[in-house]
Amino acid sequence: MFDKLRQNKSFQGTLLVAPTLVFMIGLLIIPLILTAVISFGERDSSGGVIYSFGLHNYYKLIGYSTNCDSGASSCFDMLYVQILWRSLTLAFQTTMIVISLAYPLSYFIARATPSKRNTYLFMVLVPLWTNFVIRVYAWMMILRTQGVINGILGAIANLLHIPFAPLEMLYTPGAVLVGMVYEFLPFMILPIFTSLEKIDNSLYEAAADLGANSIKTFFKVTLPLSMPGVVAGTILVFIPVMGTFIVSDLLGGQKVILVGNLIQRQFLDARDPTFGSAASLVLMVMTLIVTYFYTKKFGFGEEIIVA
Amino acid sequence: MSDFAVELRDVVKSFQTPEGGWINAVDHVDMKINNGEFFSLLGSSGCGKTTSLRMMAGFEWPTEGEVFIAGQPQGKKPPFQRPVNTVFQSYALFQHMTVHQNVAFGLEMEKVPSKQITERVGKALEMVKLSGMDKRYPKQLSGGQQQRIALARALVKLPSVLLLDEPLGALDLKLRKEMQLELKSLQREVGITFVFVTHDQEEALTMSDRIAVMSHGKVLQVGPPIEIYERPNCKFVADFIGDTNFFEGVVTGIDDKKVTAHIPLLNSTLVGMNTGGVRLNDKVVISVRPEKIRLTETCVLTYNCFEVNVKSSAYIGSDTRLEVESERQRIKIWEQNHISTLDPRAYHQGEVKAFATILPENALVLPAE
Ligand SMILES: Nc1ncnc2c1ncn2[C@@H]1O[C@H](COP(=O)(O)OP(=O)(O)OP(=O)(O)O)[C@@H](O)[C@H]1O
Ligand SMILES: [Mg+2]
Repeated sequence: MFDKLRQNKSFQGTLLVAPTLVFMIGLLIIPLILTAVISFGERDSSGGVIYSFGLHNYYKLIGYSTNCDSGASSCFDMLYVQILWRSLTLAFQTTMIVISLAYPLSYFIARATPSKRNTYLFMVLVPLWTNFVIRVYAWMMILRTQGVINGILGAIANLLHIPFAPLEMLYTPGAVLVGMVYEFLPFMILPIFTSLEKIDNSLYEAAADLGANSIKTFFKVTLPLSMPGVVAGTILVFIPVMGTFIVSDLLGGQKVILVGNLIQRQFLDARDPTFGSAASLVLMVMTLIVTYFYTKKFGFGEEIIVA
Repeated sequence: MSDFAVELRDVVKSFQTPEGGWINAVDHVDMKINNGEFFSLLGSSGCGKTTSLRMMAGFEWPTEGEVFIAGQPQGKKPPFQRPVNTVFQSYALFQHMTVHQNVAFGLEMEKVPSKQITERVGKALEMVKLSGMDKRYPKQLSGGQQQRIALARALVKLPSVLLLDEPLGALDLKLRKEMQLELKSLQREVGITFVFVTHDQEEALTMSDRIAVMSHGKVLQVGPPIEIYERPNCKFVADFIGDTNFFEGVVTGIDDKKVTAHIPLLNSTLVGMNTGGVRLNDKVVISVRPEKIRLTETCVLTYNCFEVNVKSSAYIGSDTRLEVESERQRIKIWEQNHISTLDPRAYHQGEVKAFATILPENALVLPAE
């Protein structure tokens, strides 16, 4: 029996992918189809689903309504579109800030001596040992009115005899941005570091030998060769930021609602799984579209993934 | 123009080792490389060849001493301020650029007008026989072709000295031989001084006008291939270049031309060339190349002739390689197979008695260490 298995290459292949395949079908494909089906249905009074086909949930998302206060025959309410737009811009801002923080740091780590390099990487990874939610809570402690920052500022003001009113930092878009950047920074540092580290030192020497100064070397050699890392990092950061709700929930409160929060509330508080499903699908499609255009331009960062 | 393309004057390069000590990778080296010369640095691994080359290129700076290029002291000038270019062992091609972009890179950095760039890149690619490949990426080329791109990229800058660090190291033997000849004729064509690092003695002998043999950071001998092979100036060089027999002994007689030494293992004396540097009663080694010993049925000389037992023989086509023994001295002898016969037994073999004759001019008397 084992001899047969040894010879049958395609059966071997099937065997190797089977566990993942079962997992993916059971936990990704089927739920996805269910979500799609539910999104066209209607909510009954007890929060259950009536299976039917209608686009009302999608109309609701874009705010289209035929039942207007003004008495017009149709009107738009931009509430949900605004939430979608806010999520998109926040993910975009987070990614940009994370890249601009992670790149120089990764460059520094990649050019350090091997023993120091390991120490630095270790330091990058240490925060990940603490639970995601706890790390966000830590930011609440730092940012809130009686928090660490206000405490320090207050003490300084007190010393200098300046009147001090605590800064309102928590529950602002800025707080959410800071939290997102903090949470996702390591996921950008690691791929960029990997791609920078792979650049052989002789390439820098060749560039110098051929007459490039350090700025030219960076833009003509280092940056293009590390783009796969930036791309991989962007995918690892942008997609989860689009969907998470914990950071915005804890640091944004009622003021900064993202699609993630919207979806979560539909399922838990508002008990409208049909609208939640529709929002989930729209989020997914939006993410796919952005990723599609991005990867079409820059590739998947496959060199990194292979390495 | 200065007399020398490159000159190293009493150059030392020390590195701190991870263990905390210091090592002189290059140890008080003097070297003068002529204009238009194909000059090789030859030596075993770790002898300081790469370090010497990198100091010429400007990737390293000497701890002591000075590097001169075209007569100018280089001090701590960076690579791009030196009239030299380097071909790296790993080629160091820019994978994200096409062949054309790779070769054009150095000219763009010089701000050469784009029309001239196209022209010069075209010429350089023609020179390395890669015209028409300019739109490919390095990954789409074979190792030998990548090697040529690296060459073109450096040559297009028209350096006065081209530095090559084991550029053929990654190629297979056949391609390597081809590239050796090509590189040599290319060098003749462009007339640029080549400084070529290799640990392959055959490669150095085939290609070079002159060779510097290095060991432990020091230059032991500099000279044309024939001189290095025929007149090694020390035991290390004689041993490192080609194959040789060493006869250990003590000087018993000496004049301007010849040295006589008693060889205990031979239980006899051997007369060889006086290469200088030995005196009466000195311990010496006498180096004799295996192809320079004649095996005959009777003695041709009244001295330097020893009866031998053939211990083994290997027929390798062009030669027959014999291991013989005279008294307790083992001797390697390579006989050219200039007699045509299909029967390998036509050559000395087995327990056949024979005489080995060593002409004094083929025996070099060298200090024992
Ligand atoms: N950056 C460095 N730091 C510490 N030691 C070094 C450094 N570069 C070279 N060395 C040491 O200097 C010595 C000479 O090295 P080098 O690279 O010049 O040798 P090489 O002759 O080129 O050898 P190979 O044929 O193996 O390339 C070696 O012992 C090496 O370990
Ligand atoms: Mg080397």
